[in-house]
Amino acid sequence: MTVAAEGSPPLRMAGARRNPLLQSEAVQGFALISPTFVYALILLVLPILVVIAHSFWTQNYLTIDHTFTLENYRIALTEPIYRDLLWRSLYISLTVSLLTVALAYPIAYFISFHGGRHKSLWLFLITIPFWTSYLLRVMSWKVILGYNGVLNSGLMGLGIISEPSDALLYNSSAVIITLTHAWATFAILPIFVSLEKVDRTLVEAATDLGDGPLRSFLRVTLPLSAPGVISAALIVMIPTVGDYVTPKLVGGKDGVMIANAIQAQFGKASNWPLGAALSVTTMIIASLMAGATVLVIRALQRLAR
Amino acid sequence: MTATRRFLPGWLSSYATLYILFLYLPVIFLPIFSVNTAATPKFPLSGVTLHWYEDLPKTPALIDATWNSLIVGVSASILSTVLGILAARSITRYRYPGRRAINGLIMAPLVLPEVIVAISMLLVMLQLGLSLSLFTVVLGHVLVCIPYSMTVLTSGFEGFDRSLEEASADLGESAFGTFRRVTLPMVAPAIISSLLVCFTISLDEFIIAFFLTGTEATLPIYIWGQLRFAAKLPGVLALGTLLLLASFVLMTIAEILRRRAARRTQNEGGLYA
Repeated sequence: MTVAAEGSPPLRMAGARRNPLLQSEAVQGFALISPTFVYALILLVLPILVVIAHSFWTQNYLTIDHTFTLENYRIALTEPIYRDLLWRSLYISLTVSLLTVALAYPIAYFISFHGGRHKSLWLFLITIPFWTSYLLRVMSWKVILGYNGVLNSGLMGLGIISEPSDALLYNSSAVIITLTHAWATFAILPIFVSLEKVDRTLVEAATDLGDGPLRSFLRVTLPLSAPGVISAALIVMIPTVGDYVTPKLVGGKDGVMIANAIQAQFGKASNWPLGAALSVTTMIIASLMAGATVLVIRALQRLAR
Repeated sequence: MTATRRFLPGWLSSYATLYILFLYLPVIFLPIFSVNTAATPKFPLSGVTLHWYEDLPKTPALIDATWNSLIVGVSASILSTVLGILAARSITRYRYPGRRAINGLIMAPLVLPEVIVAISMLLVMLQLGLSLSLFTVVLGHVLVCIPYSMTVLTSGFEGFDRSLEEASADLGESAFGTFRRVTLPMVAPAIISSLLVCFTISLDEFIIAFFLTGTEATLPIYIWGQLRFAAKLPGVLALGTLLLLASFVLMTIAEILRRRAARRTQNEGGLYA
């Protein structure tokens, strides 16, 4: 509560012009949220600042040299391995986001417009797999795609292939399939929420004015659900850029992503500043890509209208 | 046109069914191969056995991991729900400057790459001289659980009829008394739902535990360690099946409670919003 007291003076000053009731409301509200706020400051903001600070330092064996340098960023951006890993991570994450959104949209549309009284049952069915362990979901793909796995033995049993294919597992396609499956539900929910907000009378109006179902969908429903598409794309894109488990389990040599390199810098390679610079670079580039995606979707939305 | 209209829902519903299959099918292979006699997961099954399940309680490392997971899960769910209650109550009940920004910050772990969140926390903890243990795992799990707890609780607190609290205050009840005797019973289902959701997330969470634990393994870390050995796969599948089952049961209860909470405060949406 001392923290709340520290935080309240500026608020009190800001609220001084307003009536006393409002002022005490603001102070109470801020005091109530401050423990959670401070927790997020200490365990999220402070750590990220420490990472940013480290990215400008260097490491000599076990001691950190605190002189400012951009050397880590030079390595992160120009060293071929890191550049390739970063590109691959961006490519995989972009592909996965496009796939999940494209696959999820019809489902969200179906539930929102044709779900009827089973709407909540559909939503429940779709959210349940999302609550199961991510690690287990990735593991099940290893079981499916493996050399001695479900798909290979199934295809052999059906006589489609004569010997197991090793092309299924340990490459970037395996990573893309697994991630698309793992993030599927994340994309459905935001799209569903924005479709629910689409004013049905607008769709009817478009139909009354002579638009066919496809035209009214393209010109009314789709543009109006763009916010949901944007948040779905972002929710999938940013975390998948930094995914660690999937490339490690099903990616093999050709599916390694930037997070694996970052982890190595904090583990075996033990070069914290380089790992920090790689993390910061990944975050910045992922945010840029996310920003570009938002702009593209908005432009398409204007075009459709 | 009318033909398309009749046609489209039909296509969409078969697509939806296929999609549900795509969501569930991979996961269903875990229980299927956990009762297979052979160690390699391929068709046809060589025979059905519960042998792999029977072996589970005989593995001391697994028992330890289970206890660790329970300790971490219970502590993380209680802590994050308490912090979630404070924040959700503040967000839904009060208006103040910076409210949206603070809310955004608290929800941020939801959309950040987990590896980066985990590594950042690791750096700070090592700098502060905290030795890595289950305690540091709890700290990390609380951070990632709070956004979920907030979502569940906000849907329970929103649309909450304030006049009931005002009536209680007018009738002479203290602020704390009002909270305990009016607010709390109304939001109890949401709170229990939040506890269950956070427990499930903590139970299944791997990345943060992987970076922030010392020598003690939680269940996902134990599984990760076993994945290296092909011969241990059926045991891992059996354990995975039990974990899936636990998540499923816990989340179903949480969802039922959340809906009851939303009904009590006459509010739609919730986990999905």
